[in-house]
Amino acid sequence: MPKYTLMLRENGTAFAGLSPADFQAIIQRYGAWRDELQRAGRFAGGHKLRDGDGRVMRRNSSKVVVTDGPFTEGKEVIGGLFVIEAASYDEAVQIANGCPHLDYGSIEVREIEVTRP
Amino acid sequence: MIDDLNFPRVFAHIVATLTRILGPRHLSLAEEAAQDALVKALQLWPHQGAPANPSAWLIQVAKNRALDLLRRDQRLVELEPMHDRDGAAVAQTQAVAAGGARFAAADADPSADARLRGETPLPDDDQLAMMFLACHPMLPREARVALTLKTVCGFGVGEIARAFLAREEAISQRLVRAKRQLRDADVRFELTAADCAERLDSVLDVLYLLFNEGYTAHAGDQLVRSELCREAIRLGDLLAAAGARLCTIGGAAAVHALLALMHLQAARLPARVGDGDVLLRLAEQDRSLWDQASIARGLQHLDAAASGDTLTVYHLEAGIAACHAVAPRYDDTDWPRIADLYDSLIVMKPTPIVALNRAIALSRVHGPGAGLAAVEAIAGDAVLARYYLLHATMGELALETGARDRAADCFRAALECECSEPEHRFLERRLREARSTRS
Repeated sequence: MPKYTLMLRENGTAFAGLSPADFQAIIQRYGAWRDELQRAGRFAGGHKLRDGDGRVMRRNSSKVVVTDGPFTEGKEVIGGLFVIEAASYDEAVQIANGCPHLDYGSIEVREIEVTRP
Repeated sequence: MIDDLNFPRVFAHIVATLTRILGPRHLSLAEEAAQDALVKALQLWPHQGAPANPSAWLIQVAKNRALDLLRRDQRLVELEPMHDRDGAAVAQTQAVAAGGARFAAADADPSADARLRGETPLPDDDQLAMMFLACHPMLPREARVALTLKTVCGFGVGEIARAFLAREEAISQRLVRAKRQLRDADVRFELTAADCAERLDSVLDVLYLLFNEGYTAHAGDQLVRSELCREAIRLGDLLAAAGARLCTIGGAAAVHALLALMHLQAARLPARVGDGDVLLRLAEQDRSLWDQASIARGLQHLDAAASGDTLTVYHLEAGIAACHAVAPRYDDTDWPRIADLYDSLIVMKPTPIVALNRAIALSRVHGPGAGLAAVEAIAGDAVLARYYLLHATMGELALETGARDRAADCFRAALECECSEPEHRFLERRLREARSTRS
């Protein structure tokens, strides 16, 4: 079955208005969402990327320029990602639709391409 | 494991622990660190699953974060070109050093360590100290309420605003000002017997206000409001459990009286709303729906409140609530005793609302005519004139004397006043009934 990544974008202010009860509700929904995917054998991993650090590298004519990033004020950055299995984009979107991340950020869904023999 | 975790409580626990360690001047920082720990949990747990001991994890993350924030503030102070910068920087350095040392000490102390690992998820003493800090009498009353909800109950600003029908910015400003006042006055976190005695009235006042706000059927968010009642009772229980350690005999009696009042009132909650969301009067409620366990707890606390010779308004109001709670039917209500209690209450608490309720009690003892005369005597009060219950009460009493046209006028006047949706429906129903029974 094809694999898709759900790239979780958020900006630094996304959590400002959340109360402890909100955090609890979202985390519990996350647990339920993940459990269901795992039961269905569709969960293929996930990573949280560390906030606040990062390097962006670019070759600038002859030398490679390394800058701190990608964190800039008010900009959405990828904070983490999940890998799921889905039959199609439609199904991947449907799965992502239940992801609580949408309460405070956006999700980019991309199919992972594999080399076919 | 996470299902057992109560985030608002853990948040309050972290804030209280950090505030004890760092001092109330760093209350904002403690809140920020607690909030950041929750953010971290939200970002990390979905990917890796929750840690084996989630509350201990959250506390550790918050402690680390608090130290980072202290260091950040220290750097800011050092960078700031202020003339008293050296003094400020030194103070901040000391705070960082002291913070680190105190964290280390807390870790070395096995009981603190056990607490932080979540064996007993809530160190009650920290909670109590936080409550007495948030209810400091130097703060304005609304600020005490907001700060208690934020730091002791773990409510968000939005939830506080919804409970009190206030704007979020107004609540935020109130909280910021209150914390600044506590910082400027350099209030200690640790409680002395004198602090307790001095602030207990304010603490009880805030708890009663929380309870009433939750109990009153106004238009606020229903879920948040029932949470207010539960929290007021929980914090009252915490005070009662601390008992003699915190309070004088008189203070402990007042705590029990307030708990009695809250339990006895809360017992009626399930019976208060009938079909179609209409409010039911005491006479109309199905008393089999009253929560007998809650009544029993209320009566126990009322007994405990009678030890000592203290008499507070809570004693009198709980006594009145108990008269209702133990009457099997409305007609069995001991109205002469209730009228007596109101006679005492109006001396201690001479408010228009008490006067109105006293008039109702008098009408049950001496007839609707006497009640109507008592209500008319206070109807000139400017606050009462805008209160729907004044007009509704006059309407009810007028109906009982047979003056139906007058009753209809009163219900119409009541509908002109501000009231909640269930109250509005109730008044419309009574207006229809007054008209239809007109002879």
